[in-house]
Amino acid sequence: MANNFARLLTSKRNVGILSLVGAGSLTAGFLFNREHVTAGANVRRVYPASAEYPDLRKHNNCMASHLTPAIYAKLVDKATPNGYTLDQAIQTGVDNPGHPFIKTVGMVAGDEESYEVFAELLNPVIKERHNGYDADTMTHPTDLDSRKLTSGQFDERYVLSSRVRTGRSIRGLSLPPACTRAERREVERVVVDALAGLKGDLAGKYYSLVSMTEEEQQQLIDDHFLFDKPVSPLLTCSGMARDWPDARGIWHNNTKTFLIWINEEDHTRVISMEKGGNMKRVFDRFCSGLKEVERLIQEKGWEFMWNERLGYILTCPSNLGTGLRAGVHVKLPRLSKDPRFSKILDNLRLQKRGTGGVDTAAVGSTFDISNLDRLGQSEVQLVQTVVDGVNYLIDCEKKLEKGQDIKIPPPLKK
Amino acid sequence: MNAFKWRANIGGALHDQKIGILLSSPRIDQPRQQESAMPFGNTHNTLKMKFSASEEYPDLSKHNNHMAKVLTPALYERLRSKETPSGFTLDDVIQTGVDNPGHPYIMTVGIVAGDEETYEVFKELLDPVIEDRHGGYKPTDKHKTDLNPANLKGGDDLDPKYVLSSRVRTGRSIRGFCLPPHCSRGERRAVEKMSVEALDSLSGDLKGKYYALKNMTDAEQQQLIDDHFLFDKPVSPLLLASGMARDWPDGRGIWHNDTKTFLVWVNEEDHLRVISMQNGGNMKEVFNRFCTGLTKIETLFKEKGTEFMWNEHLGYVLTCPSNLGTGLRAGVHVKIPNMSKHPKFEEVLKRLRLQKRGTGGVDTAAVGGTFDISNADRLGFSEVELVQMVVDGVKLLVEMEKKLEKGQGIDDLIPAQK
Repeated sequence: MANNFARLLTSKRNVGILSLVGAGSLTAGFLFNREHVTAGANVRRVYPASAEYPDLRKHNNCMASHLTPAIYAKLVDKATPNGYTLDQAIQTGVDNPGHPFIKTVGMVAGDEESYEVFAELLNPVIKERHNGYDADTMTHPTDLDSRKLTSGQFDERYVLSSRVRTGRSIRGLSLPPACTRAERREVERVVVDALAGLKGDLAGKYYSLVSMTEEEQQQLIDDHFLFDKPVSPLLTCSGMARDWPDARGIWHNNTKTFLIWINEEDHTRVISMEKGGNMKRVFDRFCSGLKEVERLIQEKGWEFMWNERLGYILTCPSNLGTGLRAGVHVKLPRLSKDPRFSKILDNLRLQKRGTGGVDTAAVGSTFDISNLDRLGQSEVQLVQTVVDGVNYLIDCEKKLEKGQDIKIPPPLKK
Repeated sequence: MNAFKWRANIGGALHDQKIGILLSSPRIDQPRQQESAMPFGNTHNTLKMKFSASEEYPDLSKHNNHMAKVLTPALYERLRSKETPSGFTLDDVIQTGVDNPGHPYIMTVGIVAGDEETYEVFKELLDPVIEDRHGGYKPTDKHKTDLNPANLKGGDDLDPKYVLSSRVRTGRSIRGFCLPPHCSRGERRAVEKMSVEALDSLSGDLKGKYYALKNMTDAEQQQLIDDHFLFDKPVSPLLLASGMARDWPDGRGIWHNDTKTFLVWVNEEDHLRVISMQNGGNMKEVFNRFCTGLTKIETLFKEKGTEFMWNEHLGYVLTCPSNLGTGLRAGVHVKIPNMSKHPKFEEVLKRLRLQKRGTGGVDTAAVGGTFDISNADRLGFSEVELVQMVVDGVKLLVEMEKKLEKGQGIDDLIPAQK
């Protein structure tokens, strides 16, 4: 819907844009009006920073590890151009001192600019969460060429299902913790519009949470596609569940192998999945689907939030870079009881979860195994890590079945 | 680094530009917004004003609360550019009502105040909600405050075989500070400090001790649980959606006197919740202590140069519009298994201006035949008047229960509408 002029402005190489914009009356009006709400604008406070500094003594999350009183004092008076503040960014970490299974991040971004305005806090958090990735100096590789993946077919006696997910944010609109209702609806409009242009095995249908029928709801539940209002306080404390279920929905293709969540924890979550062990096909569809969606939104003058330092920008700093989690549900009854299991996973840069997702424990001996890393490696590299790692795990399981011994692999270079 | 910052600015400009092309004319004539972004404004009013009112208007088609009944698109449009001096906006006011379409047992308000000025700045929304919620209370009506316990008639003889416990509670807000949905950590801590200072000066049978939630020992916590005094982090989505549980348990605590009959909650749903309670049916004694304690606390605050939020029209100002006026709920736990099964039970309660709840509080159903019976009104009646209604009404309910136990009828006892 944006016209040619706007499309000119949406180039990634936007050096010198100000000169193009010039002194036209429309744009001058905007630039004039915004002068009191610019990046890093000051926020009036009644109390000094020391009186406002949160009590983090019982906390164990990345935010609490890095938010010194000095950094708090420096950043607390700032706001992004959209008005998002530090206190809002850290609220979830203040309200949730720690998680039993995993050290949580403890902060979110309200918009793309948060990563810049609050960089002094976010960069150390990113460094801790992403294995020493230095956002000041490093660049993140993006690679969605799925042809490079090798050995992507697993033994289906062990691997029950394969899945790759990521998220994408629409540049120019605030993220779920901060977005207004109109922005959220705009995200829905932009994405649904683009998805309607998908064809072939990607052709599908959108189900808005607001207007879903009972039958549609039941079908989505049976397919294990329906997402519900978040209950995890990690999410609700950041404000991303406001106005539920307004502008939330689920899109999936007719063959139910490509699925998009709209306005849940991110603008979009993109999921490619199948029963069985054909990770190659899952990743092929993932890449071609993502590229096609990107092409369709660009036709209308929109683009995804992305930059060289941080890759794809998402709500939670843990999902920066690729935002990619490639995983399988795999049966490892013997290996999972071996005391070396955790170390093997660690060295393979893999993570285990229960089959109910991140906040669950495993049931029986079927595990969700996926990549640990998100930032600093490309999509192809991460999926290859999962493929190689899971193949190794299956090999261990087979060895144990035959009563042979297994070896802890050397740690992968990070 | 600088180049990126510049690009971030451009990103913002792009956003504006896109919106300018898509929507109607930009709001160049909009007055400069007060730079008062208090912490929990997930509303970014300046950003929001770039979208039209109809694009921002919430979908209330499935909602059933007072806010949804009153907030038309036109009203939303008129109020959305406003904010209180501390930066509380319309969307902040209504967020809980948008997020919680309806409650099964009771029609909820769907609105909270973030500060005293909310009731003035957003009058156009709050007045009709108040009128609807408080039995037709008009914007021009005056509210009477009466905390003289001598004016209560009777109330010391409710039959303890039926009336298990008696309790009076209210809330108080400290003028000049934002309310729980909106306050910053600094403010909340200041409210705690001031309140504890005042409470520490109480003497005689009101002398007591403060237990900060975050410093409590395990032993203290267990004792408070055993006494049924401990309050926990709110779980009700009605409360959570308004932001009042932020930073829990920072700045929260419980104070009670040594005899455990006078209790103050600090920074839960209101700045202060003041509770007088004891086992048995001596509501008079409970109310005496309530009034004495409150008056003393108010005096102590005034000595320190602060006061409670109060005005002639709304009485005591609290977070939820349902608690305006007296903010008073006087109630008993009473065993009325027969009466509660009687077909006229609801009608009798209505005529007595009483309300029933489960013994677990507002979001619960009754267990067995024991009910929490309390006054339905808060505003437009004084404290004495409301407690009188409870005393007289419960007396009557117990009489009816006794009659039903004996197999007698109660039709001659059914009261007229108060």
